[in-house]
Amino acid sequence: MSKDAILSLKDLERIAEKVLKLSGADETEVDVGSTTDALTRFANNTIHQNVAEHSLSISVRAVIDGRTARATTNKTDEESLRRTVEAAITLARNQPRNPDLLPMIGKQKYPKVSRFFSSTANATPEDRAKAVTKVCKAAAKAKQTAAGIFSSGEHRSLTVNSRGLVAPYEQTRAEFSITILEPTSSGWAKSNSPDIRKIDPQELAENAARTAATSREPREIPAGRYTTILSPSAVLDLVGFLFYDFAATSVLDKRSCLTGRIGKKVFGDNITIWDDAYHPLQSGPPHDGEGVPRQKVLLVDKGVPKNLVYARSTAKKMKAKPTGHGFSLPNEYGEAPMNLVFSGGDKTTEEMIRTTDRGILVTRLWYIREVDPYEKILTGMTRDGTFLLENGKISGGVRNFRFNESIIEMLSKVEMMGAPVRAAGEESFEMVVPPMKVRDFHFSEVTKF
Amino acid sequence: MHDLAALAIETAKRRGASYADVRVMDIRHRDISTKNGEVGTLAESESLGLGVRVIAGGAWGFSSTDRLTKEGVQACAAEAVAIAKASALAKRENISLAPEETYVDTWQNPFLKDPFRIPVETQIGLLLAADKEMRRVKGVTVAEGSMSFRRIEQLFASSTGSSIHQVKMQSGAGIVATSFAGTEIQKRSYPNSFGGQHMLQGYELIESLDLVGNAGRVAEECVALHSAAQCPEGQKTVILGSSQLGLQIHESIGHPIELDRVLGMEANFAGMSFLTTEKLRKLRYGSDIVNVVADARLDHGPGLGTFGYDDEGVAAQCTPIITNGLFTGYLSSRETAASIGEKRSGGTVRCESWNRLPMIRMTNISINPGSWDYDNLIADTDDAILMETNRSWSIDDKRYHFQFSTEIGWEVKGGKVGRMIKNPSYSGITTEFWNSCDAICSREHWTLWGTPNCGKGQPQQVMGTGHGASPARFRNIKVGVAFAK
Repeated sequence: MSKDAILSLKDLERIAEKVLKLSGADETEVDVGSTTDALTRFANNTIHQNVAEHSLSISVRAVIDGRTARATTNKTDEESLRRTVEAAITLARNQPRNPDLLPMIGKQKYPKVSRFFSSTANATPEDRAKAVTKVCKAAAKAKQTAAGIFSSGEHRSLTVNSRGLVAPYEQTRAEFSITILEPTSSGWAKSNSPDIRKIDPQELAENAARTAATSREPREIPAGRYTTILSPSAVLDLVGFLFYDFAATSVLDKRSCLTGRIGKKVFGDNITIWDDAYHPLQSGPPHDGEGVPRQKVLLVDKGVPKNLVYARSTAKKMKAKPTGHGFSLPNEYGEAPMNLVFSGGDKTTEEMIRTTDRGILVTRLWYIREVDPYEKILTGMTRDGTFLLENGKISGGVRNFRFNESIIEMLSKVEMMGAPVRAAGEESFEMVVPPMKVRDFHFSEVTKF
Repeated sequence: MHDLAALAIETAKRRGASYADVRVMDIRHRDISTKNGEVGTLAESESLGLGVRVIAGGAWGFSSTDRLTKEGVQACAAEAVAIAKASALAKRENISLAPEETYVDTWQNPFLKDPFRIPVETQIGLLLAADKEMRRVKGVTVAEGSMSFRRIEQLFASSTGSSIHQVKMQSGAGIVATSFAGTEIQKRSYPNSFGGQHMLQGYELIESLDLVGNAGRVAEECVALHSAAQCPEGQKTVILGSSQLGLQIHESIGHPIELDRVLGMEANFAGMSFLTTEKLRKLRYGSDIVNVVADARLDHGPGLGTFGYDDEGVAAQCTPIITNGLFTGYLSSRETAASIGEKRSGGTVRCESWNRLPMIRMTNISINPGSWDYDNLIADTDDAILMETNRSWSIDDKRYHFQFSTEIGWEVKGGKVGRMIKNPSYSGITTEFWNSCDAICSREHWTLWGTPNCGKGQPQQVMGTGHGASPARFRNIKVGVAFAK
């Protein structure tokens, strides 16, 4: 079913054109998206959930006399489309004028990105089940227990408006995540890519199994400040909390930790961050929610926050140029960089371990929440493989810690970094980040396992 | 709806399913937000589709579609069966379900005012009036308000003959004042943080909240926090306001009692639970005065976990979770109940939408009211910190160690509420914390809070849950760790 369930760009165009014709609004924008997703989930060395989803979304934004609103449906009959257009118009009409609303943009040119892979689109439940069966059998043979997911999907979308904008996009995605459990320990590995051929379930399973085996019988060591080596996934889940701080609206609202800090030395010399939708390890469309082409933006240069990202209306308010990072309108959040890329370094994780007299190695972080939005203190737990390092070697597993750490301070204490990779975590969307060795990372308490 | 469901079941059976159930769901949303005197989000959406869950070859399969033609529904049901057969490649044993009666019924939560019939300009007007009151207070840098409404009409049908039609109407609203000064951002929300209060009610809920009447107070508290004393570090008595206690229940009782989590099904993402099955009816979870129930019945109140039947056709129930401090029950499904030898599912299975597989979700997980009058509780307390309205929450993946912080706190000294405290936080181990509870306020201080944003599962599903709680006192709790240097 998957091959004929997702609509072609031509199909999406036909629906969008029909909606545009039905609208009597001053301006009309139509987003049409077709998605197929499938996910095989396993636990206790068996598949316990196996799902597929086929969906369509038709979203209409109407502008009436300087006011705008959105209505969305998944019904394609003419009456439903007409009703959706009318709903957008009615909502738009019955509100105060928006002084910040700009006219819709017209036709744009976008750099080409290739993020649709037939290898992923053609993956079947049997393909996923076979890979899962293999890792489950290996786990059972090693007297371990495997749990995780293997998913694949495709998405095609088109944004058009009454001023001639046409913004098509198509992408596939695949993800494999595995936890290997032992009676007293666990290990974890995860990877995702638009191209399913870049994911190696067996290698990921072996990594997770090794982590679980190495962290058996964890000892309790006291909380405190330790030199800490963070995996790319752990780095991602921490620095992911910074992404909205680079939104111009966030600074305008004085909700960003960069309020009053732009142009000042905030992080260490070795921290340089870009937003780059065109980086080969990135994914996502080459345009923002209004159809503005995304630009590559230098956010932090050698520890100094240099630039923010701007939606069109925020740019006008702040006398800047839009950067192609706006969310779909209407919204109150403005914009955000969605394709963060850290410059990283040239050290391997093995070198980081070898040069550590006493420290902690973290595989994965969990349940991270913001404690202080300006000093950017985050709390959370370690999980699925936390190790004590002594005299340049892993000396064994330790019980999981709670941390309370300022990300601003953390990025000023980075002693070593590895090459940036496309990392997958749980708290943030994927980014290109390196593993880091951080001085004096603050673990505040210890849990019972 | 009935014809589509029947077609899906018939197709699944013909393709080899030994069991099939179908959810046809028609979901409508309205979302409104305002910020600093302007409308932010203003959107409506609708989504109609069908999900088919089958057992074939002894394993589960699920597929969903919004192509509600004869061909679309048949293809969806056939795909569910094909997926089940693929799942069977890695099965260890056949799926077994706890028995449940068949039901042919309809159910709808009562409400007085349909929020979708209230003019949107009235709803925007209310939020902007509250926004204006907040911005009257000097020092407020962002004033925000939001409302959201959800109507879910759904039909559940199963190959065993159940046919259950339900309509749920959900409303919610809240306001937030934020203030930046010096090197500090402070925030106050009403009536709760992260979207306010949400219930299975109509627009009458929004009118009862008096957003405008409370806007000035929360804005003043927000600005005053900048000059308040920092929460101390150490071991203290803590009194939690009812909404914070509701979230404490959610994280340190509601999640660990999910039987799918206990049995390892969530191990890769949400994690597992310290409440392994040998602890049932043996573990002293809390002190003698702690009584917690999982109650999906309307008798408990119009919470976000209230329904007539769950999403696998099991009638709503009340399960004792903690009884006089003893751990007495899990949240279960037909499959997980059977796997630990229970005679019947606890009826807690729900799905976010037609395109999601139903799974165990919290219903209304509530602590029963105690006997204390709030004023008497304060008068009885020599030295404590009173903490209200959640600001951040975090707990480990087995639900032992937690840390919470709240928007605001007050010192309680010599039986009186004293000076304001900023950045309050506390942490602990779940069972130690609940065993330190020595006072719970009475029914008149009890509120059934709605948590609209609980995430679980892969693909992740966001679900509303209910938590009834009244203010309660806990002894010898670690405070202030979040800001410790």
